[in-house]
Amino acid sequence: MSDTDWTLAARAHEPAFGDYIELLKPRVMRLVVFTAFVGMVCAPVAVHPVIGLASILCIAVGAGAAGALNMWQDWDIDAVMRRTAARPIPSGRVERGEALAIGLTLAAFAVVMLALFANPFAAGLLAFTIFFYAVVYSIWLKRATPQNIVIGGAAGAFPPMIGWAVATGGIAPESVLMFLLIFVWTPPHFWALALFRNDDYRRAGVPMLPVTAGDRVTRNHILAYSLVLAPIAIAPAFTAIGGPVYLAGAVVLDALLLVGAARLWRRDPDSASRDRFLAEKRFFGLSIVYLFLLFALLLAEAALGAAGLTPAGWPVLV
Amino acid sequence: MRPDSHEIFGRRRSRNIGLGLVLGAFVLLVFAVTMVKLSEGQSMQGFDHTLRPSLLPPAEE
Repeated sequence: MSDTDWTLAARAHEPAFGDYIELLKPRVMRLVVFTAFVGMVCAPVAVHPVIGLASILCIAVGAGAAGALNMWQDWDIDAVMRRTAARPIPSGRVERGEALAIGLTLAAFAVVMLALFANPFAAGLLAFTIFFYAVVYSIWLKRATPQNIVIGGAAGAFPPMIGWAVATGGIAPESVLMFLLIFVWTPPHFWALALFRNDDYRRAGVPMLPVTAGDRVTRNHILAYSLVLAPIAIAPAFTAIGGPVYLAGAVVLDALLLVGAARLWRRDPDSASRDRFLAEKRFFGLSIVYLFLLFALLLAEAALGAAGLTPAGWPVLV
Repeated sequence: MRPDSHEIFGRRRSRNIGLGLVLGAFVLLVFAVTMVKLSEGQSMQGFDHTLRPSLLPPAEE
């Protein structure tokens, strides 16, 4: 082997630190950190800021580990999809085995540290979440069924429950509602993406709903799930974590979501391709803002509660 | 061109610095959590293969 060959070989397997960070899916991690933080802050038990910071970091690292394991499993799918072809493994910057090792190590590390920093129950939930995303969703469901995103969505829905468990050491109706909110939000969010990335998923052989059941059925599903999601988003308003500010915001956001879903339902592949899936892309963007703002409203209610500004006669049903 | 100015060394350096910062931050985090837990009066003792009376629950009257 000449010096040049050695140099080329070394270049191919010499990842920068940022490549490893990318392996942890930092964009997904942001949503996980935010929802876990809201779950922790909304809980009725105060958490010391240092313990809270340490716990959120553990949850973030656990989510990152699950992301690395997902990239290890999905390297072949990622390589043929335009959206994911530049990820560290398909682009050749990180080896597959490295992703597996980093994923397993960080997963074990995050779970053990969360047990020590917070409590074993929160750590158990984190372990189950990582298992659910890496094994149940990535390895089992994703390539097997068009319901992949429906069941797999649970993995993304657990972080607020983990945040809540960090504070209380258990589960409550409020934390289950936060779980349900993300769980029912996930399918229409990803099906909107799948509508305008259908070619990608078809080429990769991933049985997303538009690939297996077609455009019409997917649009029906998006509308149906949005109709189910709307009352679930309202429900927290009448629990200990909600209030009038949350209710007002949730009603407006629900209206925007339902209008967007109805607009998608009225369209067909012809009208969608004429404006390059503009409405579908807008709905996808709206769904991200929708979830972010709902959790921001819960955070606002927690801040108002801490400042003693919660109205006295507000009905709390649970 | 200096031998250590190759792009590969730059990437390796970024990895070393990044890992160093992460480990340093982790040490600080464990220290901070330890201080908080001690100041909140939590027991820092654990079972270590011998009976330790200080870990037994208080006897009922």
